[in-house]
Amino acid sequence: MSETPEVLYRERQQRILDAVALRKPDRVPIVSPFQLFPYTYAGVPFREAMYDYARAREACHKFAGDFQPDADFGPVLAYPGKPLETLGLKWFRWAGHGLPGHAVYQFVEGEYMTADEYDEFLYDPSHFLASKWLPRSFGALAAFSDFPAMRRMMWFGWTGLFASLARPEMRQALAAALQAGEELSEWFASLARYAAEIKAKGFPQAYAGFSWTPFDLVGDTLRGTRGIMGDVIRRPEKLLAAVEKATPIAIEYGLAAAGADLPLCWIWPHKGSAGFLSDRQYARFYWPFLREVIEALVARGVIPVIYFEGDETPRLKHLAEVPPGKVWFHFATMDMARAKEVLGGIACISGNLPSHLLLTGTPEDVRRCCRSLIDTCGRDGGYIMDTSVMVDEARPENVRAMFDFTREYGVY
Amino acid sequence: MKDLLVQAITSMQEEEAVALAAHMLGAGAQAQTILEACREAMCIVGDRYERREYFLPELVVSGEALKRVAALIRPEARQAATGEPLARIVIGTVAGDIHDIGKEIVAFMLTANEFEVRDLGVDVSAGRFVHEVGEARPDILALSGFLTLAYDSMKQTVAALGAAGLRDRVKVMIGGAPMDDGVRDYVGADAYGPDAMAAVRIARRWSEGG
Ligand code: B12
Repeated sequence: MSETPEVLYRERQQRILDAVALRKPDRVPIVSPFQLFPYTYAGVPFREAMYDYARAREACHKFAGDFQPDADFGPVLAYPGKPLETLGLKWFRWAGHGLPGHAVYQFVEGEYMTADEYDEFLYDPSHFLASKWLPRSFGALAAFSDFPAMRRMMWFGWTGLFASLARPEMRQALAAALQAGEELSEWFASLARYAAEIKAKGFPQAYAGFSWTPFDLVGDTLRGTRGIMGDVIRRPEKLLAAVEKATPIAIEYGLAAAGADLPLCWIWPHKGSAGFLSDRQYARFYWPFLREVIEALVARGVIPVIYFEGDETPRLKHLAEVPPGKVWFHFATMDMARAKEVLGGIACISGNLPSHLLLTGTPEDVRRCCRSLIDTCGRDGGYIMDTSVMVDEARPENVRAMFDFTREYGVY
Repeated sequence: MKDLLVQAITSMQEEEAVALAAHMLGAGAQAQTILEACREAMCIVGDRYERREYFLPELVVSGEALKRVAALIRPEARQAATGEPLARIVIGTVAGDIHDIGKEIVAFMLTANEFEVRDLGVDVSAGRFVHEVGEARPDILALSGFLTLAYDSMKQTVAALGAAGLRDRVKVMIGGAPMDDGVRDYVGADAYGPDAMAAVRIARRWSEGG
């Protein structure tokens, strides 16, 4: 007899909560943020998924129905094309905008804050973002370079502020922002609709919030890799101040997850992996702030999912400092036995099933690899099955092997 | 003085290095002396990177210090001062791909090891590579790629060299995170290297006629 969606929903939710809490669930959970694959699998070109939200939902329903993940991402990773177009987003190339129709979008890194602008950012991050970062990021918002500084609205300051909003160029920019806002509301409504539909089918939503590591918030979105790496040596104090400033902002982002059925906040770290920073630099600029974010989120009942995409082997000793049974670390490149040794009893781990195996391997290869992962790090809970990095291209039979085998062999 | 310059560059004293080099040139130092110091500094930095004492911050800062110091020397003087390079190399990240950190490290190490390197930057089209190879007549073409789509960009680049009748004039090596010997065969390159030192070894082998 098959179980009702309500029962399945609670089972799946509990399975994940147990794994994170380092209790033994009924079996190894599978949660995997597949990126492009659900759409190619359903025959929906990625460009269509980014523009036709109903098609995107359809594809995700098919993926969830066919593979039965323990928590589901849905169409959130297919960003909405229309508002990106309306605003003229510059740091992204996507299908139809610099990329072919089936391609997954690409981030184009740049220096969106120059080295001499640290003080401006530190003084008033909101105004810096409004008047510098927005116009540099979005072609349609060029006029925002004159955006009024809201901090000066006190007493009769607001008169000048509001008057400046009525200038013709600003009106145009605001009109674009409004239009994009409407388009975004449609997308958010689609996400909410999907979440309700999938819940009715018995699947919890895999994300409740997204955030950043403070160092990457400065490095990825403001300074760029070259910029921030140079700053580590050239202006360490300013950089530290900015990373410190970014820390409560990162916490704010993540608190959106508080109170959800599965309060998972996903964080994709980038510039702290092996090879980027020395251990001393990591211990000074990267880890203390990430730890602060993790601790603050945990204190509010959020489960941080730290999705590492590089090699974190030299960072394991730091990762072991998090509050036990509250955090989920995903690893791409890692000796998982070693990770289990260091983090066992401290944090749940996931990942490491080589993504390229799903494209180039056979179902037997996939099963062998899943078996070895479950044997090495899934034996007494605390492991969630996932690929090494988000999957774009894969053979469906290999994906099926990953899910079916884990469900079968991963029973405790 | 020369040792001080090497010391300044390798210990990340960027401004001091530039000021010192300017002072040395003003006091009549030979361009050659400065360039030798640069090469020596590069070797030391490259070596420390290989030994995992230095990481990206040090490579970025010393790389820029070296560029600024070299820029103080007039091009004619630079040409006269640098001896024959072991080989001339054109490098770039292929079309559709904008990752440049790994490529810059490769360029840095090759330069430190007495190769002349011309860096075309990122997202370089097959056409531009062909044009450069035709104009600059390098001995070696080094292609970086980090995305799966780079396989095809590389394949197109090598094919375009063939179509332009230039394939026999250059050796082609490839590298970048997802590359391997299978990809080398797929794109029709002559060698694959997993890291920057491999790039140096391959280039040495080729320049010795191997
Ligand atoms: C930093 C980074 C970025 C930065 C790039 C910043 C910059 N200025 O370069 C940013 C954030 C912009 C970025 C963007 C993207 N990235 Co990226 N990125 C990375 C990351 C984390 C590190 C790369 C790096 O610099 N490593 C450090 C250097 C020192 O190592 P290296 O690159 O391997 O280089 C060494 C060797 O490969 C070799 N080598 C390099 N070139 C050559 C050439 C020759 C001839 C030889 C012999 C050797 C050689 O020597 C180097 C030194 O030893 C990698 C993950 C990883 N672990 O590699 C992903 C990675 C390369 N990125 C990836 C992806 C998917 C993307 C995006 C598409 C993401 C997105 N959806 O937006 C975009 C694409 C943008 C584009 N069009 O190119 C994937 C590629 C997967 C694939 N196979 O397709 C990776 C592997 C991450 C992952 N695990 O999924 N990325």
